[in-house]
Amino acid sequence: MDLTLSPSEQAFRDELRAWLAENHPGEDPPGDDAAFEHRRGWQKRLFDAGYAGFSWPKEYGGRGATLVEQALFGEEMARAKAPSPVNVLGMVMGGPVVITHGTDAQKERWLEPILTGDEIWCQGFSEPESGSDLASLKTRAVKSNGEWIVTGQKVWTTYAHRAKWCMLVARTDPDVPKHQGLTYFIMDMEQEEVQVRPLHQITREPEFNELFMEEARIPDENVVGGVGNGWAVAITTLMNERAGLGAASAAGVRIALEELKQLARERGADEDPLIRQRLAQLTIEAELLRLNSWRGLTQIMKRGVPGPEGSLPKWQWSEVNQALSEVAVDILGEEGAYWDSPWTYRLLRSRANSIEGGTTEILKNIVAERVLGLPKLR
Amino acid sequence: MNFDFSDDQQAIKRTAKDLLADRFKFERVRELAEASAYDDDAWKELSQLGWPGIFIDEEHGGQGLGMVELVILLEELGYALAPIPFLSNATAGLIIQAAGSDEQKARWLPGIASGELRGAAGLVRQGEAKLVPDADSADVIVLCSSDERTVVERLAADVQPVATMDTTRHFARVRADGAGEALEGDHRQGMSCAALAVAAELTGVAQRALEMAVEYARDRKQFGRPIGAYQAVSHRCAQMLLETEGARSASYYAAWVADAEPELLALAGSMAKAYASDAGWRVCSSALQVHGGIAFTWEHDLHFFLKRAKVDALLWGSAADHREKVADLSRAREEASVA
Repeated sequence: MDLTLSPSEQAFRDELRAWLAENHPGEDPPGDDAAFEHRRGWQKRLFDAGYAGFSWPKEYGGRGATLVEQALFGEEMARAKAPSPVNVLGMVMGGPVVITHGTDAQKERWLEPILTGDEIWCQGFSEPESGSDLASLKTRAVKSNGEWIVTGQKVWTTYAHRAKWCMLVARTDPDVPKHQGLTYFIMDMEQEEVQVRPLHQITREPEFNELFMEEARIPDENVVGGVGNGWAVAITTLMNERAGLGAASAAGVRIALEELKQLARERGADEDPLIRQRLAQLTIEAELLRLNSWRGLTQIMKRGVPGPEGSLPKWQWSEVNQALSEVAVDILGEEGAYWDSPWTYRLLRSRANSIEGGTTEILKNIVAERVLGLPKLR
Repeated sequence: MNFDFSDDQQAIKRTAKDLLADRFKFERVRELAEASAYDDDAWKELSQLGWPGIFIDEEHGGQGLGMVELVILLEELGYALAPIPFLSNATAGLIIQAAGSDEQKARWLPGIASGELRGAAGLVRQGEAKLVPDADSADVIVLCSSDERTVVERLAADVQPVATMDTTRHFARVRADGAGEALEGDHRQGMSCAALAVAAELTGVAQRALEMAVEYARDRKQFGRPIGAYQAVSHRCAQMLLETEGARSASYYAAWVADAEPELLALAGSMAKAYASDAGWRVCSSALQVHGGIAFTWEHDLHFFLKRAKVDALLWGSAADHREKVADLSRAREEASVA
């Protein structure tokens, strides 16, 4: 057991930390367009320094980073409070899916523009009637004259209004069991047949969108992983999404906790025994997120694949993150009601943490069934 | 960066698990608890294997290994609810090793390591330690508070045996009242190790309760299906896993820190004790709920684990006490890192 970093891991971290200190882009300027361009510039800077697509194999433009380096990367980015790069979905999900399931031509066409940020990607999975039961999705793709005609609706699509490409899962065969009749497409968002409508969430921001496809067209070359294989390809996406979070989200929680403690000190709440107990409990749970992510990483390194216990970190993170903001608002008292406080934003935004990327209920099912071996009801 | 045990450590874990499973089938644990007895033969056997001295330096007759190895043993001992005075003896040895002078260590550690001498240790508040495991049968008793660190021979101390809800272990209230001698050095690392030792035992207790609950949820059928198929039950079990793994991560980390980065032990040890104290009780309570009425009977084994969990939670500082320490220590650490 050795929880110190090796010399090369240490060197990597020090180099990254120094680079971030010098190249941090600063906060997003106000306004959606300005913020977007700011993040795009940030992605280019990351790309030029070799930090974009960090976990991708070298032959596809990445750095072939080890799991430990990926975890350190996430931690350092969180520590520096660096904004996420503009094409995070492309880099964390789209790229890995194309690398794993795509043809050479597809890799050639799509991978580099993901890294440079020239082509933004979004994810078209969830539908109004298909959230946790994703396999029940209804968006329909029909083959006609050598191309696919797609009609349907997607929801919770981040960045749809900026995206060039959409990772779209659609039903291509309604006559087989639901998991088997799905296909994974890369759809060009720049067509009239695709309409984007912003979704206003309880924080008032339109972070997500609805997507309406009315006979949108997708060329046959844009099928990834083969017709009828959409479920397996989608799972790759979801597992990457979940595994990627671990160390970075643990670091993000630590940063937020430091801010919370700062708030407590400013308000004299750190002398209140009840608040002290709650802060201490959050400190312990934040530390456990970090330790569990390192422990889980050791397991992945040994076994080669993330296991279902990868669901524990996301579940746990959502609870700690939600509790953090609740303590903050308790400390603020009536001021905790004010709209312009960042803690108000976090209180509300964190309600989605236990839903997005896999609901806590689904994650508990996964843990119960695949880690504990309990029987299924369904 | 490697969170896994070495091959040697894994071998210790495997051997301990197998040996304890063989020696302590639960009927035996129950039988001894009901007789208020320990398994003296097993204590001799494990002493010969070097278990009591696993963390004691070789100079004093120990194995010269560390907290990681001790934590590994304690987790398995907790899992088995082993009826031997291992924990009490180990906590005494930990504090004496941390804070004794050379002469004091030479006087007591070899006996503690070989099992020939028995130590006990407890937390003192206002002159009395209210819950000292095995003080009634120890040769020497270590009494600590944040400033006090006294070692007293049992015969010179005021030792009042007290019955607790944990019938698998013996307890006493102890007062030194001026008898005994002070340990020369700083005992606080030793106290952190003692708290960590209990956290490790709690992890094993929680693990056992989790496994019992999952097995029951798989086997017990109601309404035509195993109750574990219902999410109210399966989700409860998932929560139990989360908390058990948390206790485990915290304990293993604190043990590594004790051996490799001791300046971090106070904080890591308190985190482990706080979390494991809550987790042990909560997991056992939850396991009882999964079992329903059957686990509310004396005949079912679970209550022994439940009660061990509650009493362990009270040893060497409660969860709330350790959270208070975490609040202080993490603040100090933040200030130091900013400076």
